[in-house]
Amino acid sequence: MRDALTLVLNGERRQFETPDQGPLSVLGLLTELGLDSRKVAVERNEEIVPRSGYAETKLSSGDQLEIVHFIGGG
Amino acid sequence: MDQAMAPEDARTEDTWTVSGHTFRSRLIVGTGRYKDLEETGAAIAASGAEIVTVAVRRVNLSDPKAPMLQDYVDPKKYTYLPNTAGCFTANEAVRTLRLAREAGGWNLVKLEVLGPPPLLYPDMRGTFEAAEVLIKDGFEVMVYCADDPLAAKRLQDMGCVAIMPLGAPIGSGLGVQNPAMIGMMMEHITVPFLVDAGVGTASDAAIAMELGCTAVLLNSAIAHAKNPILMARAMKHAIEAGRLAYLAGRMPRRMGADPSSPLTGLIR
Repeated sequence: MRDALTLVLNGERRQFETPDQGPLSVLGLLTELGLDSRKVAVERNEEIVPRSGYAETKLSSGDQLEIVHFIGGG
Repeated sequence: MDQAMAPEDARTEDTWTVSGHTFRSRLIVGTGRYKDLEETGAAIAASGAEIVTVAVRRVNLSDPKAPMLQDYVDPKKYTYLPNTAGCFTANEAVRTLRLAREAGGWNLVKLEVLGPPPLLYPDMRGTFEAAEVLIKDGFEVMVYCADDPLAAKRLQDMGCVAIMPLGAPIGSGLGVQNPAMIGMMMEHITVPFLVDAGVGTASDAAIAMELGCTAVLLNSAIAHAKNPILMARAMKHAIEAGRLAYLAGRMPRRMGADPSSPLTGLIR
């Protein structure tokens, strides 16, 4: 049994399995969620994760993530 | 006020520039409150706008393949102006725009920090606080504000690149309720000056432009019209008409008649 990873995504607690290759990265998470990484932005524990750092940024249990995109607005 | 002079002839283009970005259209439109994304795209195309405001919100993780705004309003064709609509504190506004910058790479943003419903009136204390942080962080801040000449001047002195007072509360469609104050505010502002909220129909947009505004920002007036695409066209023409009337310079008002036809040579 691999380690479980608990993340808070957009205010909701979710469990993920740690991949065989090592800790889950932001890029790995976006892929897992089926999101196009070019169309979203990610904040981890109230700090921006630069787009260039998605692959290197590894997630730990308890991390709070905001994943946002643009929608219609005035 | 903007320095653009009257186009002496058709060869001179009447453009405006905010923080180094030059535009022809003086209409900025929001992308919210439409029936669907298809209508959003069609109305924006009909408006002739080159800048569109967009909101930043959480992705619906249960429906990751849902169509996105970018699929209907091409960010390569339109300048996206991320806003902070729905932010009631400076901190929320700053976090939102930092995310927007990461999502799209834009530094040009619309800051609004709002007070509580039902007025959603600009919270100037929060606005100043957020503007200071954002400007220090390299953002080019177009700022939604109260029709307060002192606040507007202070925001300009801080480095905001456009001053955007309300004509009436957001989404109210009440029109420009404060034309005298809008006119007085403008005298002390050298960066672009826009009416940002309150426009309800084409004549309201024309009035804002006749007052000398650089441009007008609106959303609900188009999105909540019975026929948004037709209203988008109306707004395009109203903005152009108001701008031309401003450049032309209106005739003086007089209390009484002044006939256009000569009073001499009449048959008797």
